[in-house]
Amino acid sequence: MSDVVMRATDVHKRFGRLEVLKGVSLELAPRESVCIIGPSGSGKTTFIRCINHLEKIDAGRIEVNGKLIGYREKGGKLVEDSEKNVARERVEVGMVFQRFNLFPHMTALENVIEAPVRVRGVPREQAVADAEKLLDRVGLLEKCGTYPAKLSGGQQQRVAIARALAMKPALMLFDEPTSALDPEVTGEVLSVMEELAHEGMTMIVVTHEMGFARKAADRVVMMDDGQIIEEGTPEHFFEAPEQERTKQFLSRIL
Amino acid sequence: MNGVLAAVDWTIIKDRILHPDSTFVSALWKTVYIAVVAQIIGVLLGLVAALARMSRLRLLRLLSGLYVLVFRGTPVIVQIFFVYFGANLLFGFDLFPRTVGFGTFAVSGAIMAGIAALSINEGAYMREIIRAGIDSIDRGQMEAAKSLGMSPGLAMRRIVLPQAARVIIPPLGNEFNNMLKTTSLLAFIGVTEMFQDADIHYSTTFKPVEYFAAVAFWYLVLTTIWSFIQAWIERKLAAGEYADDLSLRERWMHAFAPVGNAWWRIRG
Repeated sequence: MSDVVMRATDVHKRFGRLEVLKGVSLELAPRESVCIIGPSGSGKTTFIRCINHLEKIDAGRIEVNGKLIGYREKGGKLVEDSEKNVARERVEVGMVFQRFNLFPHMTALENVIEAPVRVRGVPREQAVADAEKLLDRVGLLEKCGTYPAKLSGGQQQRVAIARALAMKPALMLFDEPTSALDPEVTGEVLSVMEELAHEGMTMIVVTHEMGFARKAADRVVMMDDGQIIEEGTPEHFFEAPEQERTKQFLSRIL
Repeated sequence: MNGVLAAVDWTIIKDRILHPDSTFVSALWKTVYIAVVAQIIGVLLGLVAALARMSRLRLLRLLSGLYVLVFRGTPVIVQIFFVYFGANLLFGFDLFPRTVGFGTFAVSGAIMAGIAALSINEGAYMREIIRAGIDSIDRGQMEAAKSLGMSPGLAMRRIVLPQAARVIIPPLGNEFNNMLKTTSLLAFIGVTEMFQDADIHYSTTFKPVEYFAAVAFWYLVLTTIWSFIQAWIERKLAAGEYADDLSLRERWMHAFAPVGNAWWRIRG
């Protein structure tokens, strides 16, 4: 195992004429949890979507466990990989979405076992046993047979976390996992994530929850206008931020 | 009014409905199996065309569009004639010989041509229905499937299509209802389905009203049975998250709401 789980080097991304990422570089050590904060439109979400190749990048490179995702090298240049290969490479990276995106035609348990059975070829009984453990871990063992429509937002998001963990990813990405939730249920999702961070999951969390960043992040990264403008420990951020832009942003949301 | 109706030979209609002869029964089965086979092939063609439309290859997308343009844009009767007679006229050979044997089982070339023409025509409509069904599924579903390492094909099969099916089934039911009736056009290439059977009786007896009224009744029987089956299928598909939305009895009542409304209006 390398000592870097994820390495992004000078990543550029544009949507048409709009450049959303203007050279982003970031490295994650194993067991490290990083929170990305910043105003909307700063490119945070786009950046983590690039990590598992839900978005193509225009320049730079992204490696997870030393392997490129979505691209292969050909004569010193990066060319896009076939969809089959991209799918295989994505297994390393779990993702939790703002809007949960659970599969509505499957029960909570079926949501969790679908990818292990169909993609990794885990025997069904094994997958069910693993899934029950994961659902127990997020506090939803009794909801195994329930369809997503019958679950609250917070419960759905916890199932989504279990579903991503079921693939045993090396890296977990969270895309504003609590911003579509009612305030009273954000706590249950955040505490699951906090536990994960303390258990040593390597993760990147795009969030506006500063309390979570303070408690669970090893490092906080501030993005603005497609660039990382400041990074440091939570203490550094919340006690003595350096950049004027960071101070402004924090004063507005804290 | 009374004089006109008096000219109708009611015993013929009654007889055609209550005591269908064996020729008619076989014509009815022909109608049913042509419609079923053509609909199934049409759905498959529509699915292939809908997937081709989403392909990365421009040529496939173009072909898919052209298919819909041509077959949705021209009359189905013209397509039936082209398939049945066209090959002979254009290339000098019969695309569909008089009979096509499958072991001990033989099907007339006209039926084969009819099924082919109806399937191709149906595929063009189904492509649009399936496309709309797939488009109606939130993009996040595909993204979630991909993020779990599923290939686009697997994600389509396991995640998107099962959800799209719910959206596709109601219009598909309409299509099949239409198909049951459109098979009557095959009378023009000599397939002895229900309409042809009625037409033969009419031309020998010169009693159009009696025979066409009776055959209309039989089409109504088929489409009515189908609407029950469709309600049952929709109920099955709705199992799970929408389990307690509509019961089968309610669905059937909805299917026949127009009749009920008319009835109450007459009585009121």
